[in-house]
Amino acid sequence: MLQAMKILVVEDDADAAAYLVKAFAEAGHVADHAKDGLTGYGMAEEGGYDCLIVDRMLPKMDGLTMIGGLREQGLQTPVLILSALGQVDDRVKGLRAGGDDYLPKPYAFSELLARVEILGRRKAPQAAETVYAVADLRLDRLSHKVTRGGEDIPMQPREFRLLEYLMRNAGRVVTRTMLLEQVWDYHFDPGTNVIDVHISRLRAKIDKGQARPLLQTVRGAGYVIRDGV
Amino acid sequence: MRVSWQSLGRLVGTTAFKLSVVYMLASAIFAGGLLLYVGWNARRLIDEQIGQTLTAQINGLADQYRIGGIRRLQTIIERRSRQPGSFLFLLQGPQSEMIAGNIAGLAPAVMSSTELTETTYQRFEEVDGQTQASTRGALVRVFVLPGNNRLLVGRDLEEREPQNSVLGQAIRELIEAMLVFGGLGAFVVARRALARMDAMTATSQVIMAGDLSGRLPVSGSGDELDRLAVSLNAMLVRIGELMQGMKEVSDNIAHDLKTPLTRLRNSAEQALRVGGTKEDYRAALERTIEESDGLIRTFNALLLIARAEAGSGADAFVAVDVSRLLEDFAEIYEPSAEEAGGRLEASIAPDLVVQGNRELLGQVVANLIDNALKYGLPPQAGASPVIGLSALRDGETLLIKVCDHGPGIHVANRGKAIERFGRLDESRNKPGSGLGLSLASAVAHLHKGRLLLTDNDPGLAVTLELPLLSTAS
Repeated sequence: MLQAMKILVVEDDADAAAYLVKAFAEAGHVADHAKDGLTGYGMAEEGGYDCLIVDRMLPKMDGLTMIGGLREQGLQTPVLILSALGQVDDRVKGLRAGGDDYLPKPYAFSELLARVEILGRRKAPQAAETVYAVADLRLDRLSHKVTRGGEDIPMQPREFRLLEYLMRNAGRVVTRTMLLEQVWDYHFDPGTNVIDVHISRLRAKIDKGQARPLLQTVRGAGYVIRDGV
Repeated sequence: MRVSWQSLGRLVGTTAFKLSVVYMLASAIFAGGLLLYVGWNARRLIDEQIGQTLTAQINGLADQYRIGGIRRLQTIIERRSRQPGSFLFLLQGPQSEMIAGNIAGLAPAVMSSTELTETTYQRFEEVDGQTQASTRGALVRVFVLPGNNRLLVGRDLEEREPQNSVLGQAIRELIEAMLVFGGLGAFVVARRALARMDAMTATSQVIMAGDLSGRLPVSGSGDELDRLAVSLNAMLVRIGELMQGMKEVSDNIAHDLKTPLTRLRNSAEQALRVGGTKEDYRAALERTIEESDGLIRTFNALLLIARAEAGSGADAFVAVDVSRLLEDFAEIYEPSAEEAGGRLEASIAPDLVVQGNRELLGQVVANLIDNALKYGLPPQAGASPVIGLSALRDGETLLIKVCDHGPGIHVANRGKAIERFGRLDESRNKPGSGLGLSLASAVAHLHKGRLLLTDNDPGLAVTLELPLLSTAS
C-alpha cells in the first residue's frame, strides 16, 4: 500500500474542490482546500503538504503568481497545475512558472490521482537505484539488462525505457498520456490505442508463460507493475 | 431649395473642394506675383532708358551753355519746350528764378538734388485755347551749370503708364479667370469625389445593415479612391469567407457536438428510467464517461485549430528536428500498424529541421498516421493497412508525406475533407471527430506551409509542405 499523502487543492470552484477532496480521501490521501490564491499561498507556506494542486485562474492571486511566489520562498513541494486553457503554450508557461506537472481540464480523476501519486514521491528523492526489482523481474539501468527469474529478456531501447519508467513507479498507476510524456516526451492526444499496443508487446516479453503476471491493466486508468493485485 | 443648399454646403465641405480652392488661390498669388515682378523689371528698364536720354539731353545742353552761355541755352530751351511731346525743361537762375522752361510748378527740394528723381509737376497745357496747369508724374534730372544756374531736364511718365495699366489689367483678368475656372474646377472635382464617396457610404451602410454581398463601386480609373475601394472589397470578400466559415462551423458544431451530447443524455436517461442492477448503472456511467471523453477530444481539437488559425503558438516556435520527430512517431505507431496486420514503412531523410511548434507538429503527424490507420484500409476484404511515412528535402521545402492504400478521397471531395468537421459521408459512421485534416491544414498555415491531398494510386497521400530552417541560421 502506498503511503498516504497530504494534498492541498487550490481551486475556486467549490463543487470541483469538494469532489477532489472526497475522491482523494477515497484513494487514501488527505486533501485540504483553499478557495483562492492568497489563502492557498498561506496554507502552502505553512508547509506539511506532499503535493499542491493549483488551478491557474484563481481569485485574489492567480495560480502562476502563487507558484512563482512559493518557489521564490524556497518551497520545493511538487505542484500540479490544472488549467481550463489546456493549450500547448500554456503548459510551457505553467512549467516555467515552477509547476512540476500540468493537466488540462476537464480531466479524469484517475489521471490526476496517478500524476499526484508520482509527483508526491518526488519530494523524497531516493539515492538513484541502479537496479529495479519487482518480484523476480529485474531491470539493471547500467547494463540495460532485463531478467525474469534469472532469464535474460532481450529488449529494444524504447521497450527498455517503458519498462524502466513503470518499474521506477512500481505499485503506482501510470496513465497512457504519462507514458507518452515520459517515454517519448510528447504531450498530445494519441487518440487510438497506440500505447496499449506497446504495453501488450512489453507484457508478452515479461509476463508470457509466467504464473504471476506483473504488468497489470488498471481499468479506466492505465497500467501498473506490481507483484500481486 | 433647402436640399440644394444643403448639398452645396456638403460640396463646399469636401476635402476635394477645399484643396482645389487652396491650390487655386496659391497659383493665383504666384501668377500675380510673377506678373508684378515682370512689371517691376520692365519699369526699371524704362526708367533706366529715360535716365540715359535725360543725361544725353543735359550733356548736349551743357555743351550749348559752354558755347553760348545762358542766353543761348535759354533760346534753345524755349524752342525745344514748344515742340509737341517735348522733354520737360526748367532753367533756373542763381536765385531760383525761372529763366526758361515748360514747367509751371514742382515739388519742393527737387532742384537741390542731382540724382534721377521721380516726382510730380505742373505743366501748362493748351486745352480749347486756354492755358491750364495739370499735375503729372515725371522723371527728372537736375544739372548745376557754372554760375550756379540749375538746369532740369525731365520726361513725362505718361508713356510709361500704358504699360503699367496693361500689366494691371492682365493681373486683374488673370485672377478673375482663375477664380472662375478654379471655382468651377473645384466644384466639378468636389462633385465627382462627393458622388463616389456617397456611393461608397451607401454601400457600406448596406453592408453594415448585414448584407455582406455589397461591394464598393470601382470606377476603373485606378486612382486612389479606386485602390481604396479595391482593397476594401478584398477585405469584404475575406470577411465574407470568414463569416461563411463561421456559419458552417457553427452548423457543423451543432451537428457533430449535439449528436454525441444527445447520445450521452439518452443513455443517462435510459439508465435512470429502466433502472436495473448496479452493473447496469455502472455500464451506463462508463458509456457516459466515454462519450464525454469523445466530446472533450473534439473540443480540444477545435480549440487547437482555432488557436493555430489565429496564429497563436507562433511565438513559441523553436527549431524542431522533424527527422527525429517522425522517427519517434514511426516507432510509436509501428506496433499499431502491425497489430492491424499491416505495416508502417518509414523513409525519413536525416537532419530535417523546421522552425515550429513541436507539440502541434507532433499532433498533426499523429492525426495523419491515425487517419491512415483508420481510413486507409484497402477495399478488399481482409486486407491490411500499409502506411507510408516519408520525409524529404525539396530545395528549401520539407515534404512530409503520409500515404495509405485505402479508397482515397475523390478529387472533388478533397477541399471538403480539409474543412472543419468535413468528414465525408462515406466515413460518417466511423469514429473520429473529422478534425484531423483541418488541424493539419491550420498547423501547416501557421508554419507558413500548406497541406496537399493527392492520389497515391491507389489510396490517399497527404503531404505537409513546410519551409525548412536554413542551415545558416
